Order: sequence, then structure tokens, then C-alpha cells
Amino acid sequence: MALAIILVLLVVGSVLFHFLSPWYLTPIASNWNYIDDTLTITFIVCGIVFVAINFFMAYCVYRYRYRKDRRAAYEPENKRMEWWLTVFTTVGVIAMLAPGLFVWAKYVEVPDNARLVEAVGQQWKWSYRYPGADGILGTVDIRHMDGRNPFGMNPDDPNGQDDVLVNGPEIHLPLGSPIKMLLRSKDVLHDFYVPQIRAKMDLVPGMITYFWFTPTRAGRYDVLCAELCGTGHYTMRSHMVLEEESAFNAWLATQPTFADTQAVKVASAGGSLAEQGRQVAESQGCIGCHSIDGSPSVGPTWKGLAGRTETLADGSTVVVDDEYLMESISVPNASIVAGYPPIMPPYQLDEGEMAALIAYLNSL
Amino acid sequence: MAMTDVAHDAVDYVRPAEVAEEALYHPKTWLGKYVFSQDAKIIALQYSMTAMAVGLIALLLSVLMRLQLGFPGVFSFITPDAYIQFVTMHGMIMVIYLLTALFLGGFGNYLIPLMVGARDMVFPYVNMVSYWVYLFAVLLLLASFFVPGGPTGSGWTLYPPQTILPGTPGADWGILLMLISLAFFVIGFTMGGLNYVVTVLQARTRGMSLMRLPLTVWGIFMATILALLAFPALLVSAVMMTLDSVLGTSFFMPAIVSMGQTLDYSGGSPVLFQHLFWFFGHPEVYIVALPAFGIVSELISVHARKNIFGYRLMVWAIVVIGGLSFVVWAHHMYVSGMNPYFGFFFATTTLIIAVPTAIKVYNWVLTLWRGNIRLTVPMLFAIAFVFTFINGGLTGIFLGNVIVDIPLSDTYFVVAHFHMVMAVSPVLAVFGAVYHWYPKITGRMLNETLGKFHFWVTFVGLYCIYYPMHYLGILGVPRRYYATGVTDFIPESAQVMNAGISIAAIIVASTQLVFLYNLAVSTTRGKPAGDNPWGATTLEWQTATTPPSHGNFGKELPLVYRWAYDYSVPGAKEDFIPQNVPASGDTGDAR
Repeated sequence: MALAIILVLLVVGSVLFHFLSPWYLTPIASNWNYIDDTLTITFIVCGIVFVAINFFMAYCVYRYRYRKDRRAAYEPENKRMEWWLTVFTTVGVIAMLAPGLFVWAKYVEVPDNARLVEAVGQQWKWSYRYPGADGILGTVDIRHMDGRNPFGMNPDDPNGQDDVLVNGPEIHLPLGSPIKMLLRSKDVLHDFYVPQIRAKMDLVPGMITYFWFTPTRAGRYDVLCAELCGTGHYTMRSHMVLEEESAFNAWLATQPTFADTQAVKVASAGGSLAEQGRQVAESQGCIGCHSIDGSPSVGPTWKGLAGRTETLADGSTVVVDDEYLMESISVPNASIVAGYPPIMPPYQLDEGEMAALIAYLNSL
Repeated sequence: MAMTDVAHDAVDYVRPAEVAEEALYHPKTWLGKYVFSQDAKIIALQYSMTAMAVGLIALLLSVLMRLQLGFPGVFSFITPDAYIQFVTMHGMIMVIYLLTALFLGGFGNYLIPLMVGARDMVFPYVNMVSYWVYLFAVLLLLASFFVPGGPTGSGWTLYPPQTILPGTPGADWGILLMLISLAFFVIGFTMGGLNYVVTVLQARTRGMSLMRLPLTVWGIFMATILALLAFPALLVSAVMMTLDSVLGTSFFMPAIVSMGQTLDYSGGSPVLFQHLFWFFGHPEVYIVALPAFGIVSELISVHARKNIFGYRLMVWAIVVIGGLSFVVWAHHMYVSGMNPYFGFFFATTTLIIAVPTAIKVYNWVLTLWRGNIRLTVPMLFAIAFVFTFINGGLTGIFLGNVIVDIPLSDTYFVVAHFHMVMAVSPVLAVFGAVYHWYPKITGRMLNETLGKFHFWVTFVGLYCIYYPMHYLGILGVPRRYYATGVTDFIPESAQVMNAGISIAAIIVASTQLVFLYNLAVSTTRGKPAGDNPWGATTLEWQTATTPPSHGNFGKELPLVYRWAYDYSVPGAKEDFIPQNVPASGDTGDAR
């Protein structure tokens, strides 16, 4: 009796939870409302089956509870009933699979007029590349990668010279036209994931993967990594800004091309030295692993770091001064703070960037 | 009547069994009897206790994970590294070292010889070695907690390249111990597995045709075949990854710039590993599920005092599910970057599996229908299994249907789904099985009050943990995150839910201590059970002594005259007729 009641309550509770809870799909920002429709169909079919079978089971538990004077029915098989149930189930499965495959056919066919944009993943940071005026992405190779050429651009490829490189925290995209996201990883698996877009795909080192979508709703959305990529997986963030074509073009024009990045650096961006340092920290992805508010993360927090006395992995202590900071940026594994893994990559910053970053660290 | 050819199609006269009890080699020493034992029943207990001990560690790890997720930042010893190490070890231990070992090494060893009417497994010595190799694999795995860098934190899927690169904890020592431990597990399992298959095929007693086997044996038998075919894929991928790590080969490693350093690898494919892993990994789901299916069929039939409905279809469903499980693996890889056209094939094969699986669910429920249901503790767990399995099975349709999987993959929806279907459900089946067979193993009943308490907290608690979690996934919260941090799309309320889930998890986890207490205390203080306390028909309940002695059946092996499900036969004196009662006996059986 208690079991029958609990089963009914769990079913009713599950259905109520579905309709009343505040947690459901985020408002969609792409053309993939087909995906949401297929999800809804699946919910309806599965929901009906879930309620029907469990109510029947609860009924059986109550109606046929043990009585000394009763015997169970003896019926090893009932071909007719088994046959009908099989047919009924097959129809239900087809009702969910057919629309699903129909939408999948759209998903795998990238429209011919789709614009190319590339997302590049590395532990634990996103960067982006646009093809520039010629509409062609230049060739890349892992052998060309270094501090000055983080995208691994082939310096001899004329198609790559005008590629726009965004080594920063945002990707901008224009509304209304299909985008083919090309995905490339430098090191391990990642997954380019924006919940509001619905589509997602892994980045796999050694190959280029892709998916496509059409942005439909202006806004600023979180970009996350959805494939476990190591200690800092959960900090691998960025933002996707969807905006009108004109705003997008204006933004794109402010970003450097590959040719720009290879030219000698002229005057750096405006603002105080510490403010410039903040920009360096953002574009290099430092704040992926170092918090600036004291919260624990992959690496030591930067809040109050300068001047603090840290215990190193070998047990010795060190006062964090500018010299130690510089060493830790360019040769991170030289002296690791106790309790942290030796996983930070060395950064080759030029003098101006280094000075700005140190100033920023001292300001926190 | 159609029913007769299921129940009574073989001849009535059966020749006497040929293996005389005297011919058996009985152990002479205490060591030979209880430690280096070749008795499948002792080996079963060794497997079960080891699996449960290591499972407790995995349970503790899950509590630690929930502490971090429910109350982020409160427990400073749970670092991001530690968290993904807990995730990894929890998953691998639960799937391989607990569930696989417990269902096949534990229940398989105990039940197969008894249920098919054999004196023991056909290769007792190999059977013993199987356990010791398994124990060695477990110790290797646990050793990784004590090496520099700790255990691997690459997720139980061990996806390269990150598995052996410095951004992942345990990339030096932890992962090697994991891979070597897995290799030994596969070797040990192969010894046991061949035993189970050969015993079912060759050592059944007279009259025990394949279509009279209890469904428990069918489930374990098919699961073992799957494991024998699937584990080699895991073994070779473990060996290849070890070579990549130690010798610098590039099976799974393309050209990589890791942490600013260009590495010496080139030309390998990370996706190749995923294909190998899931070629093992998907059948693995059914290696855990099929024994649970079999056990639950048994429990429902016995305690509803009614024959299992549609026995032959149940057997065919097990066989078809087993076969299909080898052609669906890439549904774990819809977003892996494999050729997207594979999606059409794998979505179709995956959803086809829904049909035989649904048939099994219908038949369980139809067995309850017009039954005479005793809500004993094993029966409570069996019904709870059906309930959670329906839930987990249905969410599998979401994830199998390629386009619906795209937004849900790598979110908490996946975590909720696979826990419901291959963690909660099988574990409920395990509990049901323990309450059901404990009287045969020890001769005493488990305490029913404690059992019911254990049941209610576990069943309702687990549902409260995993049902809401689906909605975090639909919202888009990604899995394997140490902390969600600041986002625009996750509302504050999600953290409230996380805290609630954590509290429920801690309650459910601590309730398992009640179960362990019950197991321990009832060995001496439990109510004496007798030979057949549930009134069951299968052969393990017809042994001369309880617990059964070495050789299982005493002087003579039982002869089998009927199928395993003669409950409430019209006209019979009792509401069950054991398999070894002749049709012409004085049971009142009219046919």
C-alpha cells in the first residue's frame, strides 16, 4: 500500500517538477529551434509512457497485494498482447527518431554561404580567427606556434596576412547570416559550448572540426568548455557577442590582422599602466587560472599576492616581489608555490607588457 | 495450449547425473577452504567483499564531490585537482571494480553452478586465480592514491591527449597504474568469464535445457559473453596508451603544443581511442544491466508468486540487446568530431534497442499484474529497480537520438541519465539480490525492519538526487566542473538545488552503513532461514544443506523436469513447484 502511494507520488511529483521548476532550456539565440521542437516531442512521448507504465505498476502493487487465500494467475505467454506491445513501442520510437533524423540532416549540411570563423582552444583559454577581407583563412601549422605567433600562422601564406586574430576574451558575430565555426585545438580535447546556441562540438588536436548555426538574438552569452580538458577545465571561459552587422564590422575593424601582430609594436593601448596590465592579463588568459578576488582556483589568487610571503613546494619561503613575479611569468616551474601543480606555461611578454602586468599585480 | 511448450516440452524421463559426489576433491586445510579456495561459492564471497570494500571508497569519493558541488569553497582540501581525481576514481571504481566484479565475479560465481545444477565451475583452479588477479588489479588501482601526483584525473573515459599531459593530475604515475590495473582486471576477468560461459554451456544438469534456465543465469551468461568480446578493446587501448606515455609512440597523440612546449608526437588520433573505448564502454553498460535484468526478473516472479510473463521473449530480448550493444557505441561520440554522417546510423541502431528493452519492462509489470504480490524487502527493491529503470531508459531515448543529444551532451543531463540507468538501477537490483539470496548464503534472514528502512531512504533518496539533476542539464550546466563560477545563464536557485542534492546524497550514503550493519549482525543473530524461505522453484533453493556445502548438492545432482517459473500452477498443492519435481509427482500438477 505504502509502495503504491509512493510510486504515484513520485510520478506526480516528477510531472509537477517538470512544469513548475525554474530550470529549463535557456532562451534560444540561434536557428536551432528545431532541436528544441524535437526535444519537446521526446518529452511528450516519454512523459506519457513514464506516467502510464508507472501508474499501471502502482495499480498492480495495490490491487494484487498478497492474500493468503488467493492464487496468482498462471499465464506464461500471451502472444497477442506481446505482439501489440511490440508494434506500439516501435511506432512510438519511430515518432521520435524520424523527426530527429530529419533535423540532423539539416545539421550536417552547412549552407554554401556560411561565413567562416575559427575558434582555437588551448589549456585553458579561447582565441578566435576571422578570414579577413579575402574571405580565406590562411594555413596554419603547430610548428609555427610560439609566443609571437600563438595561432601558428604560416608566415609565407599570403591568404593569412589579413586574417583577423582575436587573442582576447570575446568573439563577436553578426546576426542573421549562417556561421560555420571551425574548431582547432593546440593541445587536448575541448568543446566549444554556448548553451543558447544549442549546437556544440569538440575541438580535437590534429584535426579541424566544425558546426554551423545562424545567430538570431542579440546579446552577450557565456562560452564554456564542455569537454574535460584538465585542472582548469571549469575556468576555460569566453563570451560570444551577437550584434547587428554594422556593430560587428566596427568591432572587427579594431582587431589586429596577422600582419599587424608581426609588425613591430608601436605605442600600447591607453589608460594607466595597471589598466594596461589588466588588458594583458585578460588577453593572455591569466585570469582563467588566477582569481583576482581571493577565491581559490587553479593557481594562487592574485589578490594581495604582491608582498605576500609564500611557502614553496620545497618548503622554503619567498617574499613575492617584482623579481619573483617576473620569474614566475617567464619560467613558472622554477619555484612553485606549495599545494599547486606545476602546470603553468611559460609566457614570453615584451618589456612593456611585463611592466604593465607587474603594475597590475601590485595594484590588487 | 501455447504455454505447455514453454513449461514442459522436454521428456519426463531423465538419465541420472554422472558426476558422483565422492569423486570431488574436497579441500583439507583451512587455507584451502577459505583463502585459496577453489569453491565458486567462496570465490563469490571473496569477489563480493572486495568489490563492496572498494565500492565504499568510491561512495566516499562521491560524497566528497557532492560536498564541493553543494558547498563550493567551504572544504578547502578539495582542490580542483582533487575534485577531478575523485570524479575519475569514483566512476572507474563503480563501473568496473564494483559493478562488473560484483555481478559477474560475485553473483555469477555463486549462482551459476547452483542454478544450473552443477557441482562447481568447470575450471575451479582458473576460477581461483581469477579472483587473485582481480584483487591485484584493485590493489594497483588503490596504490595510485599514494604515488607522486596522485591518481589520474582524466575522467573515467581516460580520453587522450590530456590523460598523459601535464595539465591533468596523475599524468605520470597515476595514469600508468590505472592502465596496468585495467589490463590485469581484463586478464583476471577473462579467466572467470570463460569459466562462466563454459559452465552454462557444458555443466548443466540433466533436463536443464537452455530454455529452462532461470533468467538470472541468462542475464549473467549473456553479460559475460559481451564482456569477453568487449574487454579486449579496453585492453589494447590501455596497452597503446601506455606505449604513448612511456615509449613516446603516437597511437592517440597528434602534433601538440602543450603549455607552450612543442611535443614530440605526431600523426596519432585521439578519436581512435574514443572508438576503442566506447566499443568496450557501451557493451559495458549492458554487462552491468543484463545481470540486473535477470535478477529482477527472478525476484519479481518469486515474490509475486507468478510465472515471469513471456519467458521466451525475455530470453530473446536479452540476446538481441546483447547483440545490438556492439553496434551503438558511437552514440557516446556525437560531438566528438567524428564524421557527422555516422549520426544517422548510430541514432537508428540505438533507438532500435529501445524496443527489446521496453518489452522487458512490459513483461516485468505484466508479471505483477494478476499476481499475488508479497512486498518483501527484495521485492521492494525489484519494483524500485523497474521504476528507476523506466526513468533512466526513457532519458536514454533523448541522448540516443542524435539531434536531441547535441544540446544535452556533456551536461548534467548525461550525469543524471547514466546514474539512473546504470548506477541506481543496478545497485537497487544488487540490494534486492542480496536480501533475496542472503538466507541461502548464510542460512539466516536479514533483519526486515532495518531492510525496509534501508530501502525507503535509498530508493526515495536516490530519486531525489538524480531526478532534479536532469533539469540542471537541460538548463545547460556542464558536467565535470569543479565550480560553475559566474555565468549569466545559471540562476542562483541552481546552487540551492545543488546543496539540496548534496544533503540527500550524504543521507543516502550514510544509510548504507545500516545495510552493512545488517549484513554483519544477521550472520549470527538473523532469524534461521531454512532451505527455501521464499518458496522458490530454482535449484539453489533445493540443496540438501543451507548454506550449500562444497559440491553444492550432496550425494546426487538434482534432475530438472520443468522450467524455472512454475508458480501458482492451477491445481497444484503449493503455490510453487521446484524445477526438480517430476511432472508425474504427487504435486497435483494436472498436466
